Amino acid sequence: MVEQTRSRRFEVIVLPHLDAAYNLARWLTRSDHDAEDVVQESFLRAYRFFDGFHGESGRAWLLGIVRNTCYTWLHQNRKQDLLTPFDEESHSIGSADPDRPSNNPEAILVRNDELRLLNRALTTLPLEFREVVVLRDLEDLSYKEIAEVSAIPIGTVMSRLARGRKMLLACVGQLKRESDNGV
Amino acid sequence: MECREARELLPAHVDRELGVREAIEIDRHLQGCPACRADYADQQAVRAAVRNHGTYFTAPGHLEDRLRTALPASAPGRVPPGKRSWSWLNAGAALAMVLAIAWSVGLYLTLPTTGDRLADEVVAAHVRSLMSSHVVDVVSSSQHTVKPWFDGKLDFAPPVYDLSADGFPLIGGRLDYLDRRPVAALVYRYRLHTINLFVAPATDGRNVVPQTLSRQGYRIVSWTHAGMAFWAVSDVESAQLNRFTDAFQERGAS
Repeated sequence: MVEQTRSRRFEVIVLPHLDAAYNLARWLTRSDHDAEDVVQESFLRAYRFFDGFHGESGRAWLLGIVRNTCYTWLHQNRKQDLLTPFDEESHSIGSADPDRPSNNPEAILVRNDELRLLNRALTTLPLEFREVVVLRDLEDLSYKEIAEVSAIPIGTVMSRLARGRKMLLACVGQLKRESDNGV
Repeated sequence: MECREARELLPAHVDRELGVREAIEIDRHLQGCPACRADYADQQAVRAAVRNHGTYFTAPGHLEDRLRTALPASAPGRVPPGKRSWSWLNAGAALAMVLAIAWSVGLYLTLPTTGDRLADEVVAAHVRSLMSSHVVDVVSSSQHTVKPWFDGKLDFAPPVYDLSADGFPLIGGRLDYLDRRPVAALVYRYRLHTINLFVAPATDGRNVVPQTLSRQGYRIVSWTHAGMAFWAVSDVESAQLNRFTDAFQERGAS
């Protein structure tokens, strides 16, 4: 009986966030097939740890588990994805921006073919930056929730978002130049 | 405020996560600093582009089946499948309903800042009591059954449309109580999610275009049309809830 109540609670609180779980896993693993495996593993873990859930947002709680499962999976299967060529500290936000494109950002980002480039650029963003941008702009989590999901301070959420968005803009600009040159 | 501090806070300003005092200070700085203003415009452009055009991957249908097989929650024979899906629906819609009520209590009875806290407290206090609530008084996927059911129970006639063709089948309706008056609640479904649409006469006759708001991962869209006020609430992604809103409004216009 207790087990049945637990199952129902799980179906109500956790299962509806399947799309959110899949979206995060898909963006972090960058593969349909791997995302499915990670999501299944995440739900099994979530069920196992469900007693530790106490009424805060079920979505953020589940996404924290999905995020950790993704990292474990990448560590076991694709270590190179965990290596980040960018060092946050040496690219402090306050310094001059060598990568700021000269074009107007809105002009860069409005046309259709550039929107396709936007998704490609997001795919190439280093993992920890991709993670906060997806959690914020696609999953619509608050900074506080992102800090919990990613286990980082809110200040780091902020600096990663700033840096991530800047890299994204630079990357779209670069992809655009490449396609304009027929590469 | 200096550039360094302003740049650190810019993303939070773009995301409207700053307190009023900091937001005012940073706005003042932006007025006098073209470099920071350009940075702000960049952040805003990228944020809007990702929100509006970033790919949102939805889980393939077979993944849900795979999970139900893998999870102990769906061990065969524990709960009859038909019954399970209904109890699931009831509890899900009840959750949405409680959130809608919590939201409206927060909206109408308190200032925005304390409203946030109060709504959170109300939500947290109610989450555990959701399972036993009832959701539909009249179970029907036909608008011709649900609409007359409200006759004599309310002092207004809510518009009712089945939106199955748009992927949002009508599940039923019930009476509810919001903002100190009885309201109609229409219950719709989208995949695993339940959408509650609350309908009540508007306090004034103006039409208001849909406004979206997020609360702890739940989405609320409210609008006013032809003298009726609407609140749609669900845990579906905002794109889907907007699609639902559009479909409902289109049906009302035709």
